[in-house]
Amino acid sequence: MKHLFDIQDTPLSIEEMVAKVTRRDCGAIATFIGTVRELTHGKRTLKLEYQAYKPMAIKMLEQIGKEVEEKWPGTMIAITHRVGILDISEIAVIISVSTPHRKAAYEANEYAMERIKQIVPIWKKEFWEDGTKWIGDQLETTSYPKGKPEIGEETDD
Amino acid sequence: MIKILLFAELQEEAGVDQIEVDKAGSTVTELKEWLLQEYKLSSLSNTMIAINESYATEEERVKDGDTVAFIPPVSGG
Repeated sequence: MKHLFDIQDTPLSIEEMVAKVTRRDCGAIATFIGTVRELTHGKRTLKLEYQAYKPMAIKMLEQIGKEVEEKWPGTMIAITHRVGILDISEIAVIISVSTPHRKAAYEANEYAMERIKQIVPIWKKEFWEDGTKWIGDQLETTSYPKGKPEIGEETDD
Repeated sequence: MIKILLFAELQEEAGVDQIEVDKAGSTVTELKEWLLQEYKLSSLSNTMIAINESYATEEERVKDGDTVAFIPPVSGG
């Protein structure tokens, strides 16, 4: 069995991700594909670089898997995030969720993406025509009221 | 000895991705202050710490052999 949660430096395969969660007792598979966007508020991105603290990132993805299983029992989820240099339109992340019925698949998929942006140690560097920058604080929630990201608890979103 | 790992912006600012240092017994807050001064970093105010791959609080103390990762605000996805 391939790993359900992974970080890799080679192109991601949609088919492979869907296959990881396909099983006889599911009736729905929701797959989210995050791609590299060229324009953000009119500013042109040339390429992106993603860096991960790989062993911990995989642990945190597994943690998200546990949270999803608690919230939507009977769900199967696979997440792989790419690292390295990515061109425009390349796939940065794929989340595949299979469930008996579709509503939970959509919900669990969205939840997983939100959690990735909160707790998984992966960083994105923007390359623009006039410079570069490591991006943080996309959610504007980095002040961590409890001193660290909340793991295994309800979040506000 | 403890091993400190730096990522993203912090790695570029410090110019290194790993530091071995004799700081066992320090709290997370003390380590942050030390790193800030030693490497003249602009800010660690939103930086999280993970000890041995688990998020830690400011009061936790590091022990000999620990791997301490400085984690700037994440931006995956």
